[in-house]
Amino acid sequence: MNAETPDRARHAHHATPGAEHGERVGVYVCHCGHNIANTVAVEEVAEWAGQQPNVIVARDYKFMCSSLGQELIEQDIQQLGLNRVVVAACSPHMHEKTFRTACQRAGLNPYLFEMANIREMGSWATDDREAATQKAKAQVKGAVDRAVRQQPLEPLYVDINPNTLVVGGGIAGLTAALELANAGYHVYLVERDSSIGGHMAKLDKTFPTLDCAACILTPKMVDVANHPNITLLTWSEVLSVHGYVGNFTVRVRKKARFINEELCTGCGTCVEKCPVRIIDQNFEVGLGYRKAVYRNFPQAVPKYPVIDTEHCTFFQRGKCRACEIVCPTDAIDFNQKDTFVDLEVGNIILATGYEQFDARRVSQYGYGRLANVFTSMEFERMVNAAGPTAGRVVLRDGVTVPRRVGIIHCVGSRDKNHHEYCSRACCMAALKFAHLVHERVPEAEVFNFYIDIRASGKHYEEFYHRVLAEGTHFIRGRVAEVTDAARGPGEEGQLIIQVEDTLIGKQRRIPVDMVILMAGMESRKDARQVAALFGLGCDYDGWFTERHAKLDPVVTMTEGILVAGACQGPKAIPESVAQGSAAAARVAGMIGQRVMKMEPVRASIDASSCSGCRICNNLCPYHAITFHEDRKVSEVITALCQGCGACVAACPSAAISGAHFTRDQVLAQIEGILWDARQPEVLWLEPQ
Amino acid sequence: MENEFQPIIVGFLCNWCSYRAADLAGTARVHYAPTMRPIRVMCTARVEPEFVLKALREGADGVLIAGCHPGECHYVEGNIKALRRFTLLKAMLRQFGVEEERVQLVWAAASEGKQLAEAVDRMTEQLRALGPLRWRQRVLGEQPVARHALEVEVGG
Repeated sequence: MNAETPDRARHAHHATPGAEHGERVGVYVCHCGHNIANTVAVEEVAEWAGQQPNVIVARDYKFMCSSLGQELIEQDIQQLGLNRVVVAACSPHMHEKTFRTACQRAGLNPYLFEMANIREMGSWATDDREAATQKAKAQVKGAVDRAVRQQPLEPLYVDINPNTLVVGGGIAGLTAALELANAGYHVYLVERDSSIGGHMAKLDKTFPTLDCAACILTPKMVDVANHPNITLLTWSEVLSVHGYVGNFTVRVRKKARFINEELCTGCGTCVEKCPVRIIDQNFEVGLGYRKAVYRNFPQAVPKYPVIDTEHCTFFQRGKCRACEIVCPTDAIDFNQKDTFVDLEVGNIILATGYEQFDARRVSQYGYGRLANVFTSMEFERMVNAAGPTAGRVVLRDGVTVPRRVGIIHCVGSRDKNHHEYCSRACCMAALKFAHLVHERVPEAEVFNFYIDIRASGKHYEEFYHRVLAEGTHFIRGRVAEVTDAARGPGEEGQLIIQVEDTLIGKQRRIPVDMVILMAGMESRKDARQVAALFGLGCDYDGWFTERHAKLDPVVTMTEGILVAGACQGPKAIPESVAQGSAAAARVAGMIGQRVMKMEPVRASIDASSCSGCRICNNLCPYHAITFHEDRKVSEVITALCQGCGACVAACPSAAISGAHFTRDQVLAQIEGILWDARQPEVLWLEPQ
Repeated sequence: MENEFQPIIVGFLCNWCSYRAADLAGTARVHYAPTMRPIRVMCTARVEPEFVLKALREGADGVLIAGCHPGECHYVEGNIKALRRFTLLKAMLRQFGVEEERVQLVWAAASEGKQLAEAVDRMTEQLRALGPLRWRQRVLGEQPVARHALEVEVGG
């Protein structure tokens, strides 16, 4: 192909080399084929640029990003002694790295390069050639004026501590911990509850294969507990996080269990003999009982129980001690105190999960008011063979077997009043419930009230067809209300589901004995506090924000902090597991590098100008600024700083400088970009 | 059209959301007024009030600051810090007699190229209605007497 060679590229030299700053700038204006050249008079811009102060050479070229274009820059750096390069082309998000690398190859520090975005923000955004050319000149001028003030910067390198903290012992966290431990790295797994297992431990069967959750989960839980590379910290919470990628210091509070873990054998006699019985709102979601000294479930990991001081007779009234008396190994320790553990880790994986939407909030469905309206998690416990009814499907009275069951989809999800998003897992769970009702109560009729059936997953659609074939009724329409107010014969003593069947275009009243509300997922109540603790972002709904929704879903904007599972957004088990593995792989990759290269766009404080006012201290979202009490000055911990510049802008003494975005550089760019807008200088005349 | 006043807007765009929104507007060939001259900052929280004043002093007719939506900031809540600072700056500009429309803070996510383009168009129309800022006369109270005119007077 007869492409233009660098020799034929036009150029215009400027006669006063390095006039103002002694810097030698080369300006390269890209045609981008016709993409820029059709709208911007690129030759004119280049010629004009060549006449600007400090500009030694200005050229225009068909494709600057091509290897020939890059060679052109490299040659000029070496032959003309350029020490600044400006390329006017596409967005820096497109090719900044390309040209920085080209500069580096020619021996120029890559941070002495600047880009003017005259394509995305120029030629592609208008048809007005004159205006686009004028705007391009302004952008080039801004870039040149900025470039002469740019400083060479060196990337930062930090060591990566090979230990990892995983927060949350649900299926995502367990998977991440096991993957890393199996790869030979040490993992600290912190779980808030008394046992690991998370939501999955409460489930009976899992869709679409219908294998029992406990059968696939409990072996993993045991693996975690026994793994030599995993330190399990249950009944524990992260209190504080300091440091930066590769070097985090995490303080964990181990809440007192009042059980000496060294002595406890997990025999369960204390649980058996404890005289206090209370409704278990946590694991059994209000359907079952537990004791004041309890384990969530028999296969809990670790096996040690925990004493609930709010209900324990001894803690409330100073009497009882039944557990202490019956314990064969004297493991009960009423004097146990919370302990604090400091961990040194290089990376942190957050797998803190979700909470179920409180179905009371959709008051027209009657949960909490109408006895036989259940939530999906209640039903899940009910059908679980190890659950409060030992797997029998019964009404709230604990005896009556329902004849007609209504399952309402999208409770709290896909609802503008609550959560606009789809909770992803509930459609399939609802299908699973329909199947389980048929299985346990073969004569029962099941109605599914849905908006759309979202069965997008491997073997999901097939499962839907299976449930259809089993005779479940599907009624398409959002349920208006669930009521016990009978209007006609056949409705007395029943729950009536009022719904518009949108497939036949009619209002229907379906009497049932039992209603199951498929309550959606929502972010944890304390998700925002947790996000602030670890220095990452949340979206409107409280889900943790990943770096890129598609291409980087388990890494956050904060280096060294990763997310996995439903804390990042609603997810079923397979996706949570996939994310747990993905996060572990990313961490393993980082550990393998041993050191990590970081962008040097960072803030620094000139101690001699710092007044010690501490305004910056609280502004930093990453706790990257420490205050030296002795010298009364603040200091930026470089590796912690993410380079946002909030502190730079706030410093009243201008003592903080933001590398690559210094005040000097930005002000110069403002002046340059407004080169044609400056008002003629006028003088104030004293009144005569 | 020929003699229509073309305002000049300096746009401070945050690297993560709004700069990408402007990139997207271009990539999607959304055409908007060529009045906004972009300056990339890592975060809107980096925008010092001084930058805005400098731009107005240097001849811009308006300043647009664009950042991520609240809650979506790359730096957790830099945009909220920018908002707080912006609120104070607006109160000051009001005292200078600078119209409210001249300095605007908008949120534009990386996917909202169209919205950012619309914000530029809207602002351009508002500035057209207001006319040039002329900071020196408006804020500094300078009389429009050029230096050379003075020199002639003194010299003569």
